[in-house]
Amino acid sequence: MHDMDDELNRRELLQFAAAAAAASALPFSADAAEPSGTAAPVMSKVTFEINGKTHSLELDTRTTLLDALRDHLHFTGTKKGCDHGQCGACTVIAGGRRINSCLSLAVMHEGDRITTIEGLGTPDKMHPMQAAFVKHDGYQCGYCTPGQICSAVAVLAEIKAGIPSHVSADLLSTPQATNAELRERMSGNICRCGAYSNIAEAIAEVAGAARSAA
Amino acid sequence: MKTFTYERAKSPAEAAAAAARIKGARFIAGGTNLLDLMKLEIETPAHLIDVNGLALDKIEVAKDGGLRIGALVRNTDLAAHENVRRDYPLLSRALLAGASGQLRNKATTAGNLLQRTRCAYFYDTNLPCNKRTPGSGCSALEGISRQHAVIGSSNACIATHPSDMAVAMRALDAVVETVRPNGAARQIPIAKFHRLPGDTPHIETTLQSGELITAVTLPKPVGGTQLYYKVRDRASYAFALVSVALIQQKDGSGRVALGGVAHKPWRVESAERALPRGAKAVTDGLLADAKPTPDNAFKLKLVEGTLSAVLAHAREMHK
Repeated sequence: MHDMDDELNRRELLQFAAAAAAASALPFSADAAEPSGTAAPVMSKVTFEINGKTHSLELDTRTTLLDALRDHLHFTGTKKGCDHGQCGACTVIAGGRRINSCLSLAVMHEGDRITTIEGLGTPDKMHPMQAAFVKHDGYQCGYCTPGQICSAVAVLAEIKAGIPSHVSADLLSTPQATNAELRERMSGNICRCGAYSNIAEAIAEVAGAARSAA
Repeated sequence: MKTFTYERAKSPAEAAAAAARIKGARFIAGGTNLLDLMKLEIETPAHLIDVNGLALDKIEVAKDGGLRIGALVRNTDLAAHENVRRDYPLLSRALLAGASGQLRNKATTAGNLLQRTRCAYFYDTNLPCNKRTPGSGCSALEGISRQHAVIGSSNACIATHPSDMAVAMRALDAVVETVRPNGAARQIPIAKFHRLPGDTPHIETTLQSGELITAVTLPKPVGGTQLYYKVRDRASYAFALVSVALIQQKDGSGRVALGGVAHKPWRVESAERALPRGAKAVTDGLLADAKPTPDNAFKLKLVEGTLSAVLAHAREMHK
């Protein structure tokens, strides 16, 4: 595990590098001699709530929710993997539902309440799902982990709400948090380190705790 | 991504009128397919009309006992709806076989019908594709065509329609309801909604310019055993190689629709009369005019084998 100072230093360095890259790119984007078909950015205002706090932004209409979170609001816990809705690293919970934030325009979230990994818990006060991932070693490199955890929290809510899955044997009975159900429901979150069995154990533990508390 | 202007639609009719009036306008709902294609600049709308606020997200029992599904009903909600699970389990099963939980939470009923092909050559902007750039040629014809269509294709395009939901809708005789730019409503039977590629593979549906889908209706429940089998390269979160939708009554009669084999959900009503004679007889009728490539000829046997498995499952359920 990194200690906190190392993590912050690394993050600051990355932000500095990104800012430098953007600055050096400015002469090109400001130049009139752009390829045909490109036009000046169209800006649009949007206001939404992230982790309980309201944010108003004026964004290029092309900005995805993912880029708004990471680049404009610096909620860098949410990760960009494939940027095409195939890997699940960008999973956040919008209006109580997990979505791929890379496949959603920020301006389409006017008035929405969005929860990112930062809103689930903190290092000092982890969400039970975060604690279970730590306990069961549900990661190696950790890049997919925020998306996995946001997805897992929503999966248990979907099971509780009675939403069936592809592997539910009976569409009319209440689904259970079995290993097969959890694996099917988590299939939109890819882990290239292959921590799947530990991820499934972590989710099963939280599901079991929720069941016995109910 | 190309720049675009953005508006939130106020009413279905106004949205349709705006879409017809503004050059390069497109509707956006879930955005899970359109935004993906915009990032690759395969889709380059100049203007997006966000229809999410149009209150087309209800599921209601219709006067005739059928179901009226709003265009904006999310795939998750449709699959989980009590009436769908009880009366149209085929539709629940097909929806749940598609995409991931995250995508189903966003993807809408109308958007699912309008999904574009996942042909790798359509996605590769360095290569010719008649669907992406009309008249440029088809790279799949001479390329790797394992995933591609085996029937109803043309010399211009051998792409498949990727939807699972639409296959179930075809078997259930769904009707697509729309509003046109002049405000008039129209009903399009699902059989007439998707087009075969012919020499215009870039025109995928019979929707007119600006026409907006407002709902999809299902006739009253037909009962029977309803099953959806999807065969794919991994157990979850992959497009179909082939899929089989079956509705079968106790007397052996029924309906069959296929996914993964054509440019649209594939159903041949006359072939269904062979259901009591088994999978081979039905497959022979369904795929009589098949023109597979060497890469995808396996799909003909795969359809027969999958249908055979589905029919065996149905027999078990009828016992």
